Formats: sequence, structure tokens, C-alpha cells
Amino acid sequence: MNLVLDIAWTHVRTRARQTLVAIAGVATGVGFSIMMAALMEGSQDDFIKTLVNALPHISISDERSRPTLQPGEEAFSAAEIHGLTPAVRRRGIKNPMATMAALEAWVPGAVTPSVQSKGLLRYAGRDVAVSITGIDPRTEGKVSALIAQMRQGSLPALYRATNAIILGDRLADKLSAKVGANLTIAGSGTIRINGTVVGTFHSGMRQIDENSAYVLMKTAQILENQTGLVNEIRVRLADAMAARDVAQQIAAETGYKSVSWQEAQEDLLSTIQVRNILMYTIVGAILLVAAFGTYNIISTITHEKARDIAIMKSLGFNERTVRRIFVIEALLIGFVGAAFGWALGYLLCRGLGTVEIRTPFSDFNYLPLAYTIRHYLLATLVALVSSMVAGYFPARRAAGVHPVEIIRGAT
Amino acid sequence: MSEILIEARKVTRILPGIVPVTLVQDVDLKIVPREFVAITGVSGSGKSSLLYLLGLLDFPTEGDVLIRGQSTSRMPEDERARVRLAELGFVFQFHFLLPEFSLTENVGLPMRALGALSAGEIRDRAEALLDSLGLADHRSKRPDQISGGQRQRVAVARALANDPPVILADEPTGSLDSKSTEQVFQLLRSLVDERGKTIVAVTHDLELASRMDRQVRIADGRIVAIEKATRAHA
Ligand SMILES: Nc1ncnc2c1ncn2[C@@H]1O[C@H](COP(=O)(O)OP(=O)(O)O)[C@@H](O)[C@H]1O
Ligand SMILES: [Mg+2]
Repeated sequence: MNLVLDIAWTHVRTRARQTLVAIAGVATGVGFSIMMAALMEGSQDDFIKTLVNALPHISISDERSRPTLQPGEEAFSAAEIHGLTPAVRRRGIKNPMATMAALEAWVPGAVTPSVQSKGLLRYAGRDVAVSITGIDPRTEGKVSALIAQMRQGSLPALYRATNAIILGDRLADKLSAKVGANLTIAGSGTIRINGTVVGTFHSGMRQIDENSAYVLMKTAQILENQTGLVNEIRVRLADAMAARDVAQQIAAETGYKSVSWQEAQEDLLSTIQVRNILMYTIVGAILLVAAFGTYNIISTITHEKARDIAIMKSLGFNERTVRRIFVIEALLIGFVGAAFGWALGYLLCRGLGTVEIRTPFSDFNYLPLAYTIRHYLLATLVALVSSMVAGYFPARRAAGVHPVEIIRGAT
Repeated sequence: MSEILIEARKVTRILPGIVPVTLVQDVDLKIVPREFVAITGVSGSGKSSLLYLLGLLDFPTEGDVLIRGQSTSRMPEDERARVRLAELGFVFQFHFLLPEFSLTENVGLPMRALGALSAGEIRDRAEALLDSLGLADHRSKRPDQISGGQRQRVAVARALANDPPVILADEPTGSLDSKSTEQVFQLLRSLVDERGKTIVAVTHDLELASRMDRQVRIADGRIVAIEKATRAHA
């Protein structure tokens, strides 16, 4: 065996108890870091998956990204116009069918039209303000997860009654309206229609399940008092992560406001980032504490072995060799600790994976955990680097000692 | 003999401090091949300090130590370590063996540090050295399992590991009984006479010193006398 490794191994081997304590420190650090990372990333993945399933990847709405040009601005490259009240435009996306056809030609995914409306549902003396979405049941399934989220009834049931409506399950509970119930829907202005509940859905996102309802586009157009209105086109992409780029391209091409799910959920995503920073800080702190344990034992060994170090140096071992002995001892502790940490981390993850939970925000039943080798490697890397640093300082001090100072004292 | 192995030129060593302590003062000394030199003097006279300077373990405050004519005053520490490893062997009053390693491993350490031989060759040579010093039965024992005299012989074996021309010994028999003292002395004597080594040994045993080739007597860090011994025992 290599000389340095041999001496290092002898030192840690003959101090089994202290060494094991240091190893346990590193193992605990690595194990809990792995568990924490798995938990954080697992819930984050789960959360994003729910988000991506519940929301359209891109929503194109009738807000123009810039105000309509005045005829004067169109005719001249520079024109200044004062005191103008722009004409009230007809709301909605112009020529929705042509716009959709143009998008379908190049957007890698599915497209569906919808009418976004606000309304008030009244049933059994209870009023609830809701978002009402007018949909096309034939294409809606390609864009949203609504079909899979149906608890009672189905999308085609919207055709089977006049002003049929599908409610979020929590909304239905709030109203205590069951399938078949007749309720009143109040739309914009004085419009008031009678509707029939034909189904309920459950998305898993409380906000949506409590506040939304689906009707046919035709019904929503009546509520908005404008026939043929389409004020939103929703897009679902094959690759949800491409939404940002595609949304930009759509905005450039159609001139309509086009928002990706990432932009729509900016706040939530930045919360996740804050959470990640928090996690890495805590994980770093855990591993740092473990490194203190390693520092402690290496310091102790260098003190106990001061005489041996002096002997080795007097025989002609150079500083680098002596330093390496103790750095390697620290690395041995780090390495063995990390190996036990892997096992501990994996077992902790498996243990947590069996814990049942309920959260108000979504409805997975078990703690979601991400198993990825990346967490293991990262924790190991940090553990090894901090072990090395923890070993380096006592090692450097030990190696720098002049042998005569110790030999003089001993004789 | 013209070649000079170690030469001290006006070597002074002062320990800095509030009250600086002069360990060695103005020492000029030449060590030539195949001689057995005794450094004598009362306790605290600076014998060990001088030996550490000759062995490149300590740095002179003034003056220079030359090894085979080469100045060491500006030698980097790594280079000095290399010279110690290859050219000098040390034996101290206390054996200073590494307690966790077997005798064979202890003797093998300097060879491994030098890195010129393979693991097998190192073991063979370490065992041969132990055998030649009458320790064949103890090879795999650890230092705390043998007697003081035996330990000191292991220390000699370790000093011989890289076959250096010079061995520096600081009271090698200082902690031994008279029988072990005689054994270790005979061993050193034979290294000079039969294997052509050069030995500088610190001792305050004047009887032993008289049986060496030359006696350097020091007091208060200065050389006060150098006398050739009459090889009575030969
Ligand atoms: N670290 C030290 N601090 C102060 N004085 C010291 C130190 N080391 C040695 N001395 C003094 O230096 C002198 C020479 O010491 P040393 O070389 O060990 O003498 P010897 O080996 O002849 O007994 C002694 O008086 C001793 O007390
Ligand atoms: Mg002394």
C-alpha cells in the first residue's frame, strides 16, 4: 500500500471510536441532505406537474400587445396625435377560426378556443361568484385535463341540456348543488339565464375547484352578450417547458397577448426558487457541521501524533507528504461517511415515502420524493470537499512544525 | 582523507526570545569518512543542539553547514529533507519508533519515503537489516513488545535503511543498561570498521567516548577541545 495511505489508515484505524463518531457525523449530514433534497425536489416536481396539467400551457387573449394604430400613424412614419379617444373596439379575437388555423399549422401541440366570462351562480339562496369558461367539448380534451378530471358526467353532456354547466366539485359542495340541479347564472349587465348542472370535475387545485365552471361557448357568449365572441385561445404543447419560447413567437405573429404558464405563475415559481435557496442553505449548514466533526478529529490526531510527525520529518519526510497523510485521513472519514450517508439517505426516503399526508393545495396522498443520483453525488461532493478543507488546516499546521522543537522537548 | 562529509563553518545558533539563549557558538568542525566521532560535554552544554545543526534538523543563526562541500544555508526545506533521507541516519536517545507499526515496517519507512525500491525489496532489505542486528525473531512485533536495548537496535536498523554514509546519534545508549550499552556500542563500532560508515555520536559517557576515534568536547556551546583517541580496544 502507498506509504501515506498506510499511515493515514493506521491512524484512523487505531482510533476507531473517535473515527466512527466523525464518520457518523458525515453520514448523518449526507443522509439528511439527500432526504431533504429528495423531498424538496419531489414536491416541487409534483407541484409543477399539477400546475402544468391544470393550466393551459399558453393562453392567447384578446388584449392587443400594442394599441391599434391610427390611420395617420399608418400613413406616415412619424406622426403625433393629440386629444384622441380611441374608438371602442369590438372585444374578442378577430377571425378566431382563421387565427386558430394559422396557429395549428406550426405550433407543436393542440389549440382550442374558449370564452372567458365572469358570473354569479345562484342556487338555493346562495350566491357564488365564479369564472365561467365557454369551451368546445370536441377540442377541449386535447388541451386541458378536464376529461380526466371529470368526477360526474362528461363533456358531451354539455350538449344534452340547455345552458348546461359543469362545476368544480368544491364549488358544487359550496352551493350544495348536485347533478341535475337547476340554477341561475347571472352574466354581464342584466343578463340572467337558467342553467342545469350536468357534471362536476376535480382538478386537485383548490382555487380552481372552488371557483370555476364550464359551459358551451355559445352559453358563455350569451353571458357576455356578444355572439361569436372568442376571447381566449388556449394551447397545449407536446413539451410544456417550451411554452415560454412558443408564447413569444405567437405574440409576434398574431399581435395578441400570449402568456406561457411560466409567466402566469411567475410568483409561484419564484417562491419555489426561494424555497430551493433555503434548502441548499440548510443542507450546506448540515454538511458544514459534519465537517466540524472531521476537523475536530484530525486536529486531535495531529496533536496526539505530534511526536510521530517530528520523527517522520526528522527522518526526511517532506511537508507535502506529512500534510497529505492527514488530508487523506479526513478524506477517508468523508468517503466512508458519505457511503453510509447514501444508505441512510435512501432509507430515510423510503421511510418518508410511506407517510400519508393531506394538503389543502393538492391531493396527492403520499409525500412525493424525487430519487435522483444527482442528489447523492452532490451531497458526496460537498461532504468530500468540506472534509478536505477540514483536514487541510490541521494538516498544514502539523506539517509545518519544526521537528527539533518536539525532539528537544522529548529528550 | 581529503573528502569532507559534513563541515560546520562558524556555526552559531541562538534561540530568539526575550532572553535569547545561545545554544551553539562559533563552531568549526569537519567530519571525514569512516570516522567515529564523539561529542562530549556536561548536560546542557549544547551537544544535542550541535548534532541537530550538523544533521540539518535545525538552522544556524549564523554560519553554514556544508554536506559534501555543498552549502545548505539557502537550501529549500524539501531539499534538506531529501538530504536527511538519503545521506543521513538518525538515532536518538529514545528510540522514536512509530508505535502502530511492526519492526519491519518501521525500518522500511525511510525506504518507502525515498521511493527507490519496490515494496518487496523494501521488506526484504528491512528484514535483512533486522536479522543482521540479531532481531530476526522479532520482525513482526511492535516496538512496545521488545526491550529497550532491542528498540535502540531497531532504531539503528532504521537509520541504516537507505544506506546513508553518515549516522548521527544523540546519546544512543543514554537510556540503556550497561549490557545493552555495550551491545549497541559494538554495533556502531562495527558499522564504522566493517561497513565504512561515519558516525557522530553525542555521549556524556567518557569511557565510551575514549573508545571512539575522535572526541570533540564542548562547553557552553563552544568547542573546547578535540582529541584523537588511542584505539585501546582494537
Ligand atoms: N527550547 C529551549 N528553550 C530554552 N532553552 C533551551 C531550549 N532548548 C535547549 N535549551 C538550552 O540550551 C542548552 C543546550 O541544550 P542541549 O543542546 O539539549 O544540551 P545537551 O544536549 O548538551 O544536554 C541547555 O542549556 C538547554 O537548557
Ligand atoms: Mg542532549
